[in-house]
Amino acid sequence: MAIITRKKASKKPRAPFSQRTWSIGFFSLAVLIYIFYTYILPHTPDGFQSQIQTWFPPSALNEALVWVIAALGLNIVVGYAGLLDLGFVAFWAIGGYTAGWFMSGFFNQWNFHFGSESAKVIPGIHLSFWLVLVIGALICAFFGIVIGAPTLRLKSDYLAIVTLGFGEIIPQIFVNGENIHGFNLSNGTKGISPVDSIGIFGKRLGPFDLNYKYMIFVAMAAFMVFISLRLRSGRLGRAWLAIREDELAASMMGVPLMKTKLAAYAVGAISGGLAGVAYATHVNGIFAERFQFSISIILLAMVVLGGMGNVWGVMVGALLIAWVNSTGLPAFGNEINSTFNTNINFPSYTFLIFGALLILMMLFRREGILPESRLKLLMHENDDESGNEQPHDEISEEEDL
Amino acid sequence: MLKVDKVEVAYGNIKAIKGISLEVNKGEIVTLIGSNGAGKSTTLRAISGLLKLKSGSISFEGDRIDGKEGHEIVAKGICQSPEGRRIFPRMSVSENLDLGAFLRNDKEGIAADRERVLELFPRLAERINQKAGTMSGGEQQMLAVGRALMGNPSLLLLDEPSMGLAPVLVDMIFETITKINEQGTTILLVEQNALAALNVADRAYVLESGNIKLSGNAKDLISDPEVTKAYLGG
Repeated sequence: MAIITRKKASKKPRAPFSQRTWSIGFFSLAVLIYIFYTYILPHTPDGFQSQIQTWFPPSALNEALVWVIAALGLNIVVGYAGLLDLGFVAFWAIGGYTAGWFMSGFFNQWNFHFGSESAKVIPGIHLSFWLVLVIGALICAFFGIVIGAPTLRLKSDYLAIVTLGFGEIIPQIFVNGENIHGFNLSNGTKGISPVDSIGIFGKRLGPFDLNYKYMIFVAMAAFMVFISLRLRSGRLGRAWLAIREDELAASMMGVPLMKTKLAAYAVGAISGGLAGVAYATHVNGIFAERFQFSISIILLAMVVLGGMGNVWGVMVGALLIAWVNSTGLPAFGNEINSTFNTNINFPSYTFLIFGALLILMMLFRREGILPESRLKLLMHENDDESGNEQPHDEISEEEDL
Repeated sequence: MLKVDKVEVAYGNIKAIKGISLEVNKGEIVTLIGSNGAGKSTTLRAISGLLKLKSGSISFEGDRIDGKEGHEIVAKGICQSPEGRRIFPRMSVSENLDLGAFLRNDKEGIAADRERVLELFPRLAERINQKAGTMSGGEQQMLAVGRALMGNPSLLLLDEPSMGLAPVLVDMIFETITKINEQGTTILLVEQNALAALNVADRAYVLESGNIKLSGNAKDLISDPEVTKAYLGG
């Protein structure tokens, strides 16, 4: 009897950090990283500098932040509202092409400048990066609603398949959009490049101003966190939660199902658009073949691995997976190859290792790295009383980056 | 108040209810009894907008409500405690009650109704922060009824509130139903436990395979030989 009581006591969730603690932590860490890269790193020994460049290059950090922005949006759709979306790459692509259309020399039949720091003589539509962010968000929200309206009546699996189709269609349109009745929409597989640099305080950011971009991307991620947390604690958040728990019961409580689901879809699409614009400026171009199905799946993995429904978990998951994909695995592979004198092409095994990681994760920690308390309950409600529970300690050690 | 007129509902080709007409007047408790598969829950689901009608009409306080979405019907003042309770298991009792008042904005009214619910079901007050799914069946049923009341309905639909409960709790639930009615809420009660339902109801309709077989005063139906034989184990 005594043993059972103790087991039950240990099941109790520990006092969670408050959202405020997390927000302060996020900002402090962001500022510390900035100070480190801008002021400290140049004064360190060369060996250390090159180690950092190998393992934590600033460009990888920026890219990871783009993933965070998109993953936070997908978290609203999947984590909050419980709608499985397998085509999130579509919004990423639409956001990217918005940047391509409105802040590059692509449409050189026109010459329109507004708020952009690029030279006035260059033809094309050149709008300010900030304005393009807004436009990209609006276009994506529009498409989110257009796609959502007919499909959100479908239930889980069917919805997933329709979103999967949507995620295939949109990139295909861009791949083949070179000549739509004589109009060049996307420049096909050649892509649109270069994209205007970001203008900030009258200054143009060059391709190597990674620190400034870092700040901008951090601000965008912070914006998504803010939106997520505010929506979560509000009326809409409660409605999403109710739908995730029991759609029929939610409707009986007066939750308008269509409107609520569409809102989740639109907000998610907005963040996909923001990420798309940010990514276009990060890689300085838009290339149709990059918008692959795997992006949707990786984003979903970030959300699930990090902890569906918990913004901080999703953030950790996104940073971790983005880093492993872009830097961690290649750097690790090089290290092994040079130590053991082998010649293994590790990046080509990315998905093998990635898949194995996901399987392990689902076996041993289904609820994610930093789970939302409610979801944790769901994942473990079928565990037997005898205490087949996984140990839930040492969470903090898994959050590097 | 509520008028169901020659309503037919079909699941695919199978007609679940075949032309049902019934009426609920303000202040009444009306019960719908019948055996499994008679169409009781289907009728309730049609009223609350979860099923589309094949023919017929439903009106509430003079307005047609058939064809409206579920949330619009809740907004009109028809709240339901569904079959199988369908509480939100991973939310606390308090959060469940909050969701019951989802469409309301009057803070004071919500607070007053919350107090009323906790007075009707003191057990819920004891468990206010507990996750609803960890409560006993009886407590979950109380929560389902309480949650429906949080919408401040003028018509409360109760679908099998006694299902799967211990006899003591069944008595308690029916007592509470009477109390809710005395506080001014009209109730349409669907029940398999015909005797208990007829005891608290003013009027009753007896459903059999999608048709209304009998209707009338609840007290009369209790002594009706046909009802006694079929539903009361006489």
